[in-house]
Amino acid sequence: MTVTVAFEKARAEGRAALVGYLPAGFPTVEGGITAVRALAESGVDLVEVGFPYSDPVMDGPVIQRAGEIALARGVRGADVIRTVEAVADLGVPVVVMTYWNLVERYTGGGPERGVGAFARDLAGAGGAGLITPDLIPDEADEWMAASDEYGLDRIFLVAPSSTDARIAMTVAACRGFVYATSVMGVTGARDVTSSAAPALVARIRAAAALPGTLPAEQPALPVGVGLGVRDGGQAAEVGSYADGVIVGSALVGCLLDAPDPEAGLAALRTLTADLAAGVRRSVR
Amino acid sequence: MNTVDAGLLSAAGLLPDASGHFGRYGGRFVPEALIAALDELDAAHRHAMADEAFQAEFGRLLRDYAGAPSLLYDATRLSEEVGARILLKREDLNHTGAHKVRNVLGQALLTTRMGKPRIIAETGAGQHGVASATAAALFGLECVVYMGEEDTRRQALNVARMRLLGATVIPVTTGSRTLKDAINEALRDWVANVDSTHYLLGTVAGPHPYPVMVRDFARGIGVEARRQCLDLLGRLPDAVCACVGGGSNAIGIFHAFIPDESVALYGFEAGGDGVATGRHAASITGGAVGVLHGNRTYVLQDSDGQTVESHSISAGLDYPGVGPEHAWLNDTGRARYEPVDDAEAMAAFALLCRTEGIIPAIESAHALSGALRVAKELGPASTILVNLSGRGDKDVETAGAWFGVL
Repeated sequence: MTVTVAFEKARAEGRAALVGYLPAGFPTVEGGITAVRALAESGVDLVEVGFPYSDPVMDGPVIQRAGEIALARGVRGADVIRTVEAVADLGVPVVVMTYWNLVERYTGGGPERGVGAFARDLAGAGGAGLITPDLIPDEADEWMAASDEYGLDRIFLVAPSSTDARIAMTVAACRGFVYATSVMGVTGARDVTSSAAPALVARIRAAAALPGTLPAEQPALPVGVGLGVRDGGQAAEVGSYADGVIVGSALVGCLLDAPDPEAGLAALRTLTADLAAGVRRSVR
Repeated sequence: MNTVDAGLLSAAGLLPDASGHFGRYGGRFVPEALIAALDELDAAHRHAMADEAFQAEFGRLLRDYAGAPSLLYDATRLSEEVGARILLKREDLNHTGAHKVRNVLGQALLTTRMGKPRIIAETGAGQHGVASATAAALFGLECVVYMGEEDTRRQALNVARMRLLGATVIPVTTGSRTLKDAINEALRDWVANVDSTHYLLGTVAGPHPYPVMVRDFARGIGVEARRQCLDLLGRLPDAVCACVGGGSNAIGIFHAFIPDESVALYGFEAGGDGVATGRHAASITGGAVGVLHGNRTYVLQDSDGQTVESHSISAGLDYPGVGPEHAWLNDTGRARYEPVDDAEAMAAFALLCRTEGIIPAIESAHALSGALRVAKELGPASTILVNLSGRGDKDVETAGAWFGVL
């Protein structure tokens, strides 16, 4: 299933899509695969697999910790691709989220290195696209070409501080969905959801509706809202105005805080079910 | 009246391009949330470059507060030892003891012009943190400095200095707990507080406009030195030598000489235990092209693109990246970059102490050691300008232990 179809399916059910993030290689490569499969089986509409990076400037403490553990155990590009492959058969689209240097320097073990090799291997594993937290469309020529060549979605971020002109430019470069960062800050669960997010979503939709922003084959672009969502109640709230509710740190926290892997997976399933129920009870 | 040319206006017309690229290097690889603040900073920087009132105020601060122009010293005893004429640009005599005061004064002035009441800064050994705290005190700004937890222990005196100056020092406990993680933490703070806060980055790295802005504030070093050389020699030097970590002192002294084709430019990276050992901080010599901290440049990284830790006896050079303009100068061949290992740097450190009565920063000792190498190449008739970028008071403990005199 493609990202676009997953969002359309949720829309047809009158609700927002639930997007869940977990890093590859955490707590181990096999453990990470088990966790991502559990996530996919517990009610998310789209899975994000993180490729841990040594310098994750967009991430808060929870995802940083998980990434450090994964890196200390030696997670590599090929492990990320293997994780994608292991969940791609579950009927839930999978995108990778990572920092740009890892894509630019990607080596899957073969002789080629770089953006083209990454795109080829990601598509070959059944991956649907890539979220790029530190790549803006202004610097993305190589990725635009590679994502076109391999038919991958490209999800860029917009922020409350983005100007209308930048939102329009970014929306035009996106495929699959656009990632709206709801707050000015890093990833991490928060007690209250953002007051800036509804206005940002409205600005994105206004930009997307301008004639000529989106290509004819992609008449609408769903808006996913991320940063800060931690439970079903917040998912319901964000789902009332966004097309997608993105949850990361709260899910990672289930595994990080658990006394043992089984308890972590149980907590992950429980939270995912709670979030999935949340997006289903939104008033839209 | 003795006026100081802040070196700002004549920087126009060279690289980078409008979006901050030096050839394939530089640019902006940061979260979209920071783009508005970078655009605001870029506009403020461009406006300041064209504004004579800014130039005059910056020049006044450099002269009356920092002590610019710094002296050009004809080091005759050292020259006899070395076998070439060595001129030292005495940035070590500036207030706070290094070239860094130029950048922090420039950025603090811009901060007040942007109406922001708070600055944040990263620091490794604490030198840029102390300089930032100094400028914050001078301008009445709130100052928060991020510093690797390990470094706060090793450099307790600099932590005390920052606190005496009114700054808050936050130990960074994430990642490798070093300078690169302090930069990550500062970037995270900036994303969350960008309306009130300016990130006072300490070197010519980071996303555009930092590499060009920090260069513009540091390039007075070369503007002064070029004029001082002409006054003293009636001609330009044959070579200019500087140490390169992030590269602000090097670009500061190089930049005014770039159009002078007769002047060879040499940047000396920290070779640590030797580049072949893998324990070094020589990003250009021993790294590969990648993206780190918002710009494309040479990076010390593993085969997957994960940043690897740098090593150097000199904390100020201990950084796994390098400014994008240096990457470009290297690739175009306009400047040459070579490693100087710990032992070579410390030998030059000792030589300067005993021949001239000057204790240099260990960073600057790398430049000096490189100059000895260049002197052999160019011969006794040559004149070599060395940026003595900082003083060695902060390094007495390290040097004392190295030479066994503690």
